[in-house]
Amino acid sequence: MIRLSSLTKRFGEQTVLDGIDLSIEEGERVVVIGPSGTGKSTLLRCINFLDRPDHGSIKIGDLTVTAERANRRGILALRRRTAFVFQNYSLFANRTVRENITEGLIVVRGWPASKARERADEILRDIGLSDRAEAYPSALSGGQQQRVGIGRAMALDADLMLFDEPTSALDPEWVGEVLDLMRRVAETRQTMLIVTHEMQFAREIADRIVFMDAGHIVEMGSPAAIFDDPKDRRTKNFLRRVS
Amino acid sequence: MRALDYEYMLGLVPILLGYVPLTLMMAGIAMACALVLSSLLAIERVIKVPVLDRFVVLFISFFRGTPLLVQLFLFYYGLPQVFAFLTQIDGVTAAIMGLTLHFSAYMSESIRAAIVGIDRSQWEASEAIGMTRLQMMRRIILPQATRVAAPTLVNYLIDMIKSTSLAFTLGVTEMMGATQKEAAGSFLYFEAFLVVAVLYWIIVEVLSFFQKRLETYLNRAYAR
Ligand SMILES: Nc1ncnc2c1ncn2[C@@H]1O[C@H](COP(=O)(O)OP(=O)(O)OP(=O)(O)O)[C@@H](O)[C@H]1O
Ligand SMILES: [Mg+2]
Repeated sequence: MIRLSSLTKRFGEQTVLDGIDLSIEEGERVVVIGPSGTGKSTLLRCINFLDRPDHGSIKIGDLTVTAERANRRGILALRRRTAFVFQNYSLFANRTVRENITEGLIVVRGWPASKARERADEILRDIGLSDRAEAYPSALSGGQQQRVGIGRAMALDADLMLFDEPTSALDPEWVGEVLDLMRRVAETRQTMLIVTHEMQFAREIADRIVFMDAGHIVEMGSPAAIFDDPKDRRTKNFLRRVS
Repeated sequence: MRALDYEYMLGLVPILLGYVPLTLMMAGIAMACALVLSSLLAIERVIKVPVLDRFVVLFISFFRGTPLLVQLFLFYYGLPQVFAFLTQIDGVTAAIMGLTLHFSAYMSESIRAAIVGIDRSQWEASEAIGMTRLQMMRRIILPQATRVAAPTLVNYLIDMIKSTSLAFTLGVTEMMGATQKEAAGSFLYFEAFLVVAVLYWIIVEVLSFFQKRLETYLNRAYAR
């Protein structure tokens, strides 16, 4: 069980997250939608302290980290229970595809190299990149890089996988393969929190849709409830614009 | 214009070649020490440890702001007068120390610039995966910064090899010191210094050859 309580983030004068409360069940797939500049990325980045929240707390299983009292240990523990898939892939440029996947296992979880390598090879099969194991990220297509980004996250066996618009930076031809891989991750009952502008995909994959606007959760519910019968005016407006 | 004494010059080559190992040894040790020290200084400049940061800034400022020759004299002739235990220090050690400290100051600035130039995505991906700051530096940031800084660092190594010639002012008979002695005996100054100049030049050219291979190797992750 994951619980965000009154999560608040300011950049200077601007309140980007205004007391976000959100609970996510184990195995649940939650998709966050909303207009640009609403704080969706910031929400994800606050959950693993890439951005430091100003107020509120994050609870993942038996670990609770409170913004005001967060120390380095708590933040590391939080990061080790989450995995992040970036919009621009952010693969380790000095590491091969396989090493990108083993890196977290060896360095963070302390696995022996041989065991990490075996696990990486399993994941490489899952993401369909066994033949590119020794390649460096710069030699891959965008779609392949993002599949490695997802593979790197899969390796960590995280309690919560965070996806920040994983297909937004991709050429349209590569979007399909990345969404397919995410569907397969979802089938494993991995708990996922996804920000995306792919509405059709959101409807398919989500157990729950969260609509955010201006730092608030405006409305949430099942895909059918949000997409077919939105209650709030802002949700209606947004959906009209994107469809 | 008189003709050059080629026979004398040829005879000098094997004599001076005998001093090449000492020159390379001084530069090699100083470079190895400087790489370690400058990396530590650079990391400190990036992380900015309170209080320590002030000393690091001062250190870099002093060793960049004063001539190497003055620093060498300060170490070799000056410090033993103040600290008695340093009286044992010989010219070679003093030269290596001086070169290390002097070049560390310069190199740390190049490495620092390379570190802060590494794309933010690399820092964030390392953080997100749960690395400590040390792990992040060691495994992701420094290896990438090395590639960026490598051409500059090799230039400093070249500069360092040439700067070992200053050790002769501390009474060390290295390539330059040996040439000086030979020339004083034969009065053929032009021939003697021409030979030693060419020797330094050849050493640097050999190094430049390896520089290209090193850069190709460091760029392997970025070739498409
Ligand atoms: N590091 C920062 N410094 C200052 N302001 C920031 C910073 N990061 C984000 N913001 C601001 O916070 C607000 C929310 O940004 P955020 O990136 O979370 O929005 P978003 O919902 O992800 O938008 P998009 O759909 O365009 O990705 C924006 O107004 C943005 O300008
Ligand atoms: Mg965003």
